[in-house]
Amino acid sequence: MSIVTTGSLSFDQIGMVFPDGTEAVREASFTVNRGEFVTVVGPSGCGKSTLLKIASGLLEPTRGTVTVDRDRLGYVFQDATLLQWRTVQRNVELLAELHGLPKAERQSLATEAIKTVGLSGFENHYPKALSGGMKMRASLARTLTLKPPVFLFDEPFGAVDEITREHLNEETQRLFTTEGFAGLFITHSISEAVFLSTRVLVMSARPGRIVAEFEIPFDFPRTPDLRFTAEFARISGEISHELRGAHS
Amino acid sequence: MSVTDTTRPISQEPETAIDDSASFHVAAPKKSNPLKVGLPPIMFGGLVIGFWYFVSYGLLEDRRRFLLRPPHQVIQKGFLDWAVFSEILTALWSSTKVAIIGLVLAIAIGMALAIIMSQAKTAERAIFPYMVTLQAIPILAVVPLISLWFGFGQMARVVVCVIIALFPIIVNTLFGLQSAEKGAHDLFSLHQASRMTRLRKLMFPAALPAIFAGLRISAGLSVIGAVVGDFFFGRGAVGIGQRINRYAANLQGEQLLAAVIMTAALGVTVFWTFGWIQSRVIGKWHDSSS
Repeated sequence: MSIVTTGSLSFDQIGMVFPDGTEAVREASFTVNRGEFVTVVGPSGCGKSTLLKIASGLLEPTRGTVTVDRDRLGYVFQDATLLQWRTVQRNVELLAELHGLPKAERQSLATEAIKTVGLSGFENHYPKALSGGMKMRASLARTLTLKPPVFLFDEPFGAVDEITREHLNEETQRLFTTEGFAGLFITHSISEAVFLSTRVLVMSARPGRIVAEFEIPFDFPRTPDLRFTAEFARISGEISHELRGAHS
Repeated sequence: MSVTDTTRPISQEPETAIDDSASFHVAAPKKSNPLKVGLPPIMFGGLVIGFWYFVSYGLLEDRRRFLLRPPHQVIQKGFLDWAVFSEILTALWSSTKVAIIGLVLAIAIGMALAIIMSQAKTAERAIFPYMVTLQAIPILAVVPLISLWFGFGQMARVVVCVIIALFPIIVNTLFGLQSAEKGAHDLFSLHQASRMTRLRKLMFPAALPAIFAGLRISAGLSVIGAVVGDFFFGRGAVGIGQRINRYAANLQGEQLLAAVIMTAALGVTVFWTFGWIQSRVIGKWHDSSS
């Protein structure tokens, strides 16, 4: 069903009804190209995460087609999902290991990714010794070792505090500008969505539909102060307005 | 923008309910004052010995003192008399061997069954009820059957150990294998991990804390099985059960108490040994309560 195209992800009339009859997604059609960072915002339980599961192949949609190269698909989960019995280094090596890369290669990939997310010095720590933010960084590093052309983020920073979240947002933005992947991000934070994205899609309450689309005009790299500009507030306000409409 | 700000260990992030890893957060380093830790059990032990003397000399008349010999006589006749003590040690070693063989067999059978059950829900549904049934049979009820099939020698004793020690290993291993997070399973699915890889790199390591909890229980039970089995099956090498029986029959109170104390020591040693192995194997990444 998936046709191989490098660095882009497209949903064509996706619909998803679970076996218990719950209609999670009514209709979703959009494309994320290389160099685009698209965020889907929507009320809790509107089927946002279902989109990512469909994109990755964890779920088969009941309708429509997904076009994406699943070979090196990056997927960052809501939880860090680190293996507690592995050190940071060995956790970050995991995906390369599952893909059968030789030891030397996966070690150098991991070392590089750990450096990229700023966890150098913590290679030999076990997850129990890390804070929530650091766990998330390790999880990001693990995905980075794939050098994914398409990067899926499923509300990855929902469980960390505000300050850490802002740092991780800047980090993600930096990764996006340097790696140039096609990014699809799920969140319910409008500020996070506007700060990170080139485009924001608003999804309605279940059954989910894309009800509005916003181009975010700011240039990269974006600085934290961007959040306090009038233009940022205006766009956030418009999205918020759409979201409130989407709720009812 | 600075990355290091948030990587400093000071940043205390609130752990939320969705964060499964919360329970593995760093524990504050335990400061233990040896006096505070050691003194209470020593004092209580002293109290018990004092009460023991009180019963031996205060409550029992001379001719009934054989019911509870005073501590120093137990030490003299039970531990310091090498002829007696070596007799106890030989019997204890014989039972220890039975317990070890039984435990090893129980581990092999239990883990194999648990792994099979973890791989197919149908297998779990098929096998598990019989394991519960096996667990529910009082061992006394099957002793005649065991002697009929396996005789009265070492083999019969080992069988008792296996039957007693099997269940905690099966239950804990199965529970452990099923305890890996759903997210981690998704991760392995995304990267097309084979069944074997998933078992080896995800399910088995995730199961280790539960497996060790099961091992500690089963190791203790296996010792009990070896002693109990020894009571019933009298052929072959004399184990600690037989030894205790004989001392009791001959009213050798000191020797009897010494043998009981040594049996208790064996149980404690086994429990500690497995605790030690556990902390060596998984202590670095898992906060065990023990």
